[in-house]
Amino acid sequence: MSAPLSFRAEWARQVGRRRTKILLGVLLALPLVFMGAFALDRGGSGGRGSGTGTGFVSLATSSGANFTVFTVFVASELLLYIVAALLVGDPVPTEASWSSLRYLLTAPVQRGRLLRSKVLVGLSHVALALLILPAWTLLLGVFAYGTGSFVAPGGGTLTLGELLPRLGLALAYIFVTVLPIAAVAFWVGVRLDSPLGAVGAALVVYIISGILDTIEALGSWRNGLPGHYSRAYLDLLQSTIDWTAMRHGVLWSVLWALVFFALGWRRFARKDILS
Amino acid sequence: MPVSPGRARRPSAVIVALWGVLAVLGAPLAYAASPAHDLGVVARPMGGVLAGTSALGAVPPAVLVSDQKVTVAPEPDGTAVALDVTIFASAAAGPHPAVLLGHGFGGSKADVADRARSLAEQGYVVLTWTARGFGASGGRIHLDDPVFEGADVKALVDVLAARSDVLKDGSGDPRVGIAGGSYGGAIALIGAALDPRIDTVVAAITWNDLAASLFPQATTLPAAAAAAPGPIKQQWISRFFAASVGGAARGGDANGGSRSSASPSASSSAAVTSSAAASSGAPAPPGAGAGAGSAGAGGGATGGAGTGAAAAAGAGGILCGRFDPTVCRLLLTAAQSGTPSPELLALLRAHSPAALIGQIKAPTFLIQGMADSLFGLDQADATARALQAQGVPVAVRWIDGGHDGPSSTATQDDAAADTWLAHYLKAPAANPSPASSTVPAGASSASALPVPVFVYAGTVARRASVAPLFSGAAYPGIAATAPRTVTTIPFASTAGTKAVLTPPGGAPASISAVPGLGALTTGLPTYQLAALPGQSVAFDTTGVGAAVTVVGAPRVRLRVTSTGSQVTLFVSLWQVQGQNVSQPRGLVAPVRLDVTPGTPTEVEVALPAATWQFASGSRWRVLVTSTDAAYGNPREARADRIETVGGLDVPTLVGTPLAGTSERDTEALVVGAAILGVLVVILAGWLIGRRRRSRVAARPEFAEVPLAVDHLVKTYADGHRAVDDVSWRAEKGQVVGLLGPNGAGKTTTIRMMLGLITPDSGTVHVLGSPVTPGADVLGRVGALVEGPGFLPHLTGRANLEAFWRATGRPVEEAGFEEALSVAALGGALDRPVRTYSHGMRQRLGIAQSMLGLPEVLILDEPTNGLDPPQIAAMRPILHAYAAGGRTVVISSHLLAEVEQTCSHVVVMHAGRVVTTGAVADLVASSDTTVVELGPAGATPTVVASALREIDGIRSVDVEDDGAHGKMTIVADRPRASVVSEVLSAGGDVVGVGSRRQLEEVFLGVIAAAAQVDGGSGLDGGASGRGSSGGGSGTDVGDSGQLGSEGRGTGAGDAARSGAGGPGMSADTGSLIEKLRQVRAR
Repeated sequence: MSAPLSFRAEWARQVGRRRTKILLGVLLALPLVFMGAFALDRGGSGGRGSGTGTGFVSLATSSGANFTVFTVFVASELLLYIVAALLVGDPVPTEASWSSLRYLLTAPVQRGRLLRSKVLVGLSHVALALLILPAWTLLLGVFAYGTGSFVAPGGGTLTLGELLPRLGLALAYIFVTVLPIAAVAFWVGVRLDSPLGAVGAALVVYIISGILDTIEALGSWRNGLPGHYSRAYLDLLQSTIDWTAMRHGVLWSVLWALVFFALGWRRFARKDILS
Repeated sequence: MPVSPGRARRPSAVIVALWGVLAVLGAPLAYAASPAHDLGVVARPMGGVLAGTSALGAVPPAVLVSDQKVTVAPEPDGTAVALDVTIFASAAAGPHPAVLLGHGFGGSKADVADRARSLAEQGYVVLTWTARGFGASGGRIHLDDPVFEGADVKALVDVLAARSDVLKDGSGDPRVGIAGGSYGGAIALIGAALDPRIDTVVAAITWNDLAASLFPQATTLPAAAAAAPGPIKQQWISRFFAASVGGAARGGDANGGSRSSASPSASSSAAVTSSAAASSGAPAPPGAGAGAGSAGAGGGATGGAGTGAAAAAGAGGILCGRFDPTVCRLLLTAAQSGTPSPELLALLRAHSPAALIGQIKAPTFLIQGMADSLFGLDQADATARALQAQGVPVAVRWIDGGHDGPSSTATQDDAAADTWLAHYLKAPAANPSPASSTVPAGASSASALPVPVFVYAGTVARRASVAPLFSGAAYPGIAATAPRTVTTIPFASTAGTKAVLTPPGGAPASISAVPGLGALTTGLPTYQLAALPGQSVAFDTTGVGAAVTVVGAPRVRLRVTSTGSQVTLFVSLWQVQGQNVSQPRGLVAPVRLDVTPGTPTEVEVALPAATWQFASGSRWRVLVTSTDAAYGNPREARADRIETVGGLDVPTLVGTPLAGTSERDTEALVVGAAILGVLVVILAGWLIGRRRRSRVAARPEFAEVPLAVDHLVKTYADGHRAVDDVSWRAEKGQVVGLLGPNGAGKTTTIRMMLGLITPDSGTVHVLGSPVTPGADVLGRVGALVEGPGFLPHLTGRANLEAFWRATGRPVEEAGFEEALSVAALGGALDRPVRTYSHGMRQRLGIAQSMLGLPEVLILDEPTNGLDPPQIAAMRPILHAYAAGGRTVVISSHLLAEVEQTCSHVVVMHAGRVVTTGAVADLVASSDTTVVELGPAGATPTVVASALREIDGIRSVDVEDDGAHGKMTIVADRPRASVVSEVLSAGGDVVGVGSRRQLEEVFLGVIAAAAQVDGGSGLDGGASGRGSSGGGSGTDVGDSGQLGSEGRGTGAGDAARSGAGGPGMSADTGSLIEKLRQVRAR
């Protein structure tokens, strides 16, 4: 007799879902869309001024490595937040909307156990998405643009071999950065019993946080906003790595994730299941 | 359904989103509110190195502030001069050592008031004064002339000597130190040279040789060129003149003022106070400071030039402002021609600490900045080496601020100066007055110094705000020569491909750094402004091997072939990162040398001294430009070909990080602490929650009772009491029907039985184990609550398998085939559930609830969506299920179905149990006779009215649809007698029965309960519905009493059966009694 709602049981519940398949499709299509766009733009208008983002754009087709970093960069601006909010925030309210939540709970699955399985499976799916996207992109990119070195927008190059461990660290950092938004989605989802509400609320939090982040007057108060340090992983692509911002980013993310996961847990443990 | 009240309390998505935002906003509070947080963002403009302070400590001791005028030596033209002085004296019992505090060019004593107050709080008598020619002091600006400004210091020491609260080393010899920045730093050094009573010096961002500062020469070889003055620092000198012209307007006024108050006025006159307050309190760049000062203290002075500066020749009166006419004339001439006259050079050298350096005996602390295009590190280096050579204790500190920007370590800089002053002024035994001490005594020993002999600021990390500080074991100097460790980084290419052109007229000029605004251009793409095409040549190094810290002035050798006879070049050091070229230190080294046209000349250039981090693999660029906007550029067109000779020689140093000065990662500490706090809260909450959960005790005496519901109460958040003290019990082998109108609390009760809803009070025990959320005992309960719930993308079979997998129990126990036979879905089993009809899902739901054959089966409205044959098929299944010693609980409102399926019922109304009992007992009774009348005889109404007259007939109910009549008669007489009475009343009896329908019982009970609740005569189901909403009001007392009586019946039943009575012992007598009461009316 294994424990109720084991990781595998929950994995099986989530993996066949349509939203999972659609997400996978989007992730797989993303680099293809970019490649198509670049193919159309060949020889078209060149520089569009400076900035971190456009620096990646202008370099994106210089090598498979650059293409991968570009895709990860673009995805990490919003898409991966949506993915995380969906994968972690929606399982509980979806079960509620299927009316199957009450049958799980009376199976019986302890409430903490249920949340643990759902969150762990959700997070492992996020991690998987964070692996599939760059791996698939790198495959396509190497095929289309070659195995050349990564050229950083600010100068400096990293060979593919040098880049890969750093890219791995960057993905791990992105994973940690999206945690607060995932946790907010989880918390709202547990409260609302509405998958759309959970993802929507988490995105509203992310967007408002982004807006506040642009208000200079808030000064260092902005450091605590989810997403403030979201680009700190770019430090990993410099020739010398500065860990300060990533340290801060990880700490803030862990703090927010803890707070909102704990709130969700607390809420669910006491909740009257009326769905 | 009782769900609706629950739904009402769910917050909307908007509210939740707002909550999220609030949480996001709220948490940084803890971070931003932490006191240590702003440590790194103390922005302090130039000249403020010693200004301002951090007022730490609980209650600072009181400080006595007094203003006075001090008469000093008159101007050359005989004009009397009084200095504007403020003394900040510690109020603590004295005597105290004293400190003289000077200000920067264009400022006033007000600039250093904060710093003075801080020192006074530390137990000093602090004298601040506005230098001659500035602010409210009289006289003219002589640029720190020892004869004037230098002599003024002696007069100020005299003032301190006359004070009783000042500590004395001897008669007329106060214990006094002197400190100042920039203009005030130079006067501190000059004053210390002139007055041996001064015991120590702290001089910040100041000059050693004013001639070398204003006409800098970075050439170290050939020696002839090195000795000649370099290009003029045009922009800085122009700024001084802008300041002096701005000061002209008030010059006359201030002069006049000082004349009228030539005698020292000890008290703080209102005029002085107001003028001090009006002058800009905040430290500012020299030009801006002077401008603001003139605007503040102007006081309506017009035509000041005519009255005041009478001695100034001609237009000099306007142009020179309060400058001394000689200084002014010489500077003006040089500024216009671009070359200094020997007379000016001699004057500037005389007005420099360098001229008097041999007379300085006091221990000296030199603070010099790297963001300083006016007085670079080379100036402090010259002073330090001269003082070291004559054995004076000296410490040097290189900060990342200066005249071009604030020091990021200002707090630590001030603290170091405090330590220095305290050491030499407050500890008399260890430090005899240097004036009387012998020079070699401990002077050269670095360990005797109160601060490290050499401290330098490193590079501010990319996202940090404070530079790390390092200390060296000895002061190394700046030159890249032995005995320094020098690393040579080769250049990738040695020759510039094109000639460097000096444009005719000297314009446009390269911009490498804007004097006074160094911080502004940091991080901007300034390279394009510096490296003008055709006017510059760049030499890139190869990648640096091992990482080194460069501390001092890098050196480069150039071979210059020119078309002209005098070459002026500007050399700067840049870092190359891909396409980005940045200048970590915004400084440029000017070179001017005489050459023979067409003949190559080799020149050695010392780049500006500073500190750099040469990371491994980093590339650096030496940029040589023919012009620089900050300098006076030659106007003749010229072309030079430039090559490098050798590599870039960099003096390196391995410093020791200064404890406590590298930036503490406050943010990480605060957030880390917050994470720990959250973890503690979570742990505490978990422990408390666990104790609370384990509070419901097991009831071993109920071990054989499949289901015991005990005094359940549930009130929803909106105040609706859905379940009110419900108790009942089910035994093995029973099929129990839970009946009640909508809103009776059936579903809420079932949800509490399953641990989905936590009751406010009361307990549910299954086979003796308490039901809590997720309790293991729920594994022995199967349930269908308010419709089935399935994963729509899975097939029916996969859904049951997924459900069973979620329970974690072995597959063998599930009994899939039996369950699936109940569902009777046939081929549909392997289709996704989303294609199912309502009834199919319902059957699958029932099948799911039977998985593993649980001992208690709870089915909420199981017949929903089933057609009659399916309902009929379900009946024997449930009977068979219970027959095996299991228990089935069904809630339904299909009364006929319940009657046929259930062995027992529990009737609920408005959250309460109104009756319980065996179905057979409820529907059958000996005193009730049901008579059907045919159309042949008297109408039922007539028969009924006749019957009511007869003794022993308690009640008669009539249903008459015209064709058929039906009478339900309750009587104390035997049934045969009742029937004969009907016949005798003329009724055409076509049928006689003893049983009522359960529906009648149900309606009757509900009506009775409704009447009790609502106090109104509504009947039937309508009353049930009506009363559930309107049960409160004026009749609360009555309903409470009667209600408790009704509940007592149920509770009594439960207690009796709990005591061991077999089955459900329904108190049918009282129930029927109640029914009769209702019917009799």
